[in-house]
Amino acid sequence: MLIVLASLLYGAGPVSAAQAFSALTGDGTSDATFVVTELRLPRTLIAMTTGLALGLAGALLQSMTRNPLAEPGLLGVSAGSGFAVALAILLGATTTTLTTLVAQAGALAGCALVIATTRVQGLGNDPVRLILAGATMTGLLLALTSMMMLMDQRAADEIRFWITGSVAGKPLAILKATLPSIVLALTLIVLVARPLAAMALGEKAALGLGHHPGRIRFLITITVALLVGSATALAGPLIFVGLVVPFIARAFSGPDIRKTLWLCVPVGPAVVLGADVISRLVAAPAEMPLGVVTALIGAPVLLTIVRSGRMPSL
Amino acid sequence: MSHTTTATLAAEHITLAHGQFTVAENLSIRLPPEKVTAIVGPNGCGKSTLLNGLARIHKPRSGSVLLDGKDIHRLPSKDVARKLALLPQDNSAPEGLTVADLVRFGRQPHQGWMKQWSVEDQQAFEAAIRAADVSDLSERALDTLSGGQRQRAWIAMAVAQQTPLLLLDEPTSALDLGHQIEVFELIRTLSQQGKTIAMVVHDLASACRYADHMIAMKAGEVIEEGAPAHIVSPELVRELYGVQCDLIPDPSTGSPLLVNVRRCT
Repeated sequence: MLIVLASLLYGAGPVSAAQAFSALTGDGTSDATFVVTELRLPRTLIAMTTGLALGLAGALLQSMTRNPLAEPGLLGVSAGSGFAVALAILLGATTTTLTTLVAQAGALAGCALVIATTRVQGLGNDPVRLILAGATMTGLLLALTSMMMLMDQRAADEIRFWITGSVAGKPLAILKATLPSIVLALTLIVLVARPLAAMALGEKAALGLGHHPGRIRFLITITVALLVGSATALAGPLIFVGLVVPFIARAFSGPDIRKTLWLCVPVGPAVVLGADVISRLVAAPAEMPLGVVTALIGAPVLLTIVRSGRMPSL
Repeated sequence: MSHTTTATLAAEHITLAHGQFTVAENLSIRLPPEKVTAIVGPNGCGKSTLLNGLARIHKPRSGSVLLDGKDIHRLPSKDVARKLALLPQDNSAPEGLTVADLVRFGRQPHQGWMKQWSVEDQQAFEAAIRAADVSDLSERALDTLSGGQRQRAWIAMAVAQQTPLLLLDEPTSALDLGHQIEVFELIRTLSQQGKTIAMVVHDLASACRYADHMIAMKAGEVIEEGAPAHIVSPELVRELYGVQCDLIPDPSTGSPLLVNVRRCT
């Protein structure tokens, strides 16, 4: 709640917190009202949705790969999604709906690749090696994206805007375009939560309890793709959010993925919105890109997890 | 513990294969009801594959596994899970998961979308905790327990499923002697309460001691089947493991006891 308020009150533009507050209570100047309701409110909503989507996607990926480091940004799912968007922009795509679908297709390809990778004998058991594989893929996709930027100046400007990750200046229309996917993903999560929890006991044990591991894996892949694709369409390929949010949620929820997922619902939006507020304040009156802030917050968390010596097993 | 149902499990002419490699061909077995069956044999003889086949984890290339006379692969997995519980060898649990958390998972086959945790679930849960004697441990995290305690917790989960059939894949493989006895005695108790149990056992001596029925396998074939006292002989031991031994009846139970085990000369 406080972060939501802060997001509405502080930010660039010649509007003071006091003026913004007046606008919220209904008697502000027309300028202030415009800034708050037309610029900051959509931005707040977009940031929160992005956080929700990435937090849940991270928790799902970590649970399924049984790897506390599995994160859409680090594993190349976001990069796959970003690459698909960049390709679409290069080919002249503009509409928000198209971007969302493209982002989801890219995320699906990336996610399927990750799941396939974890099935390779030996790789799935080593959290760090999986991350290295993801980093390799991310690097490759980023290089390809950069190449596209060199090919076309107009596209380059738009792509650059995506790549750093930002929730500023995005129209509410894009939120509407992603909403059906988010709702669908949430429904799938409700359906798959109980079997997914059983998968933590091992695949055979899950089957022994009457579940279908292959089916669960398929549904999770679709869900993660929907979530990451939506988040990328909203804010670009943000890294570390999918790592930090479940990390915080798990600290309170304990080992049950069902509780972790529930806790990601408030924690995800809070983390991204908090990062967005920081991005506005830290270099005011200019802004630091949101992607930079999440990276600055996430990198130490990653190092802490890796350095803590014993990786929490999921 | 009450079991309102019994169930039969049998394999009819099943052929099990890993990819191109055929592990076992044309096997037919039947688990004697309310008895403990031990599947024994040297490493790589296909005993775990057979158990996985019976548990529907490994789908046979031909032939069928029949649960109450019906092909197990045509039955809904959840229905099977109400009749057949499984303790796999390579199980794992997330860090911090408590014994109570684990045992609650055993109720999943009985739950549905609309049907959350019921009075029945709670009763089955409590009965399973008591049966496996893990009441004092129920709030402890699995990773803080000894191997024997942890295995008892897993068995409690399978007991909470309230199935007439229980399959265990090497339930004592990583345990020291004391913990092995702990687990085997629990298995015997469960069988006396009416469960039909099959387990893969590495150690022939334990199989002789704790099983009512033994299936001896070598190179994918069942070479002998029956009560341990009837089928275990120096010849069988030699054929299975390539070692010589003498057999005497256990003074307290009468089950065959392997002594003077030595390499063949």
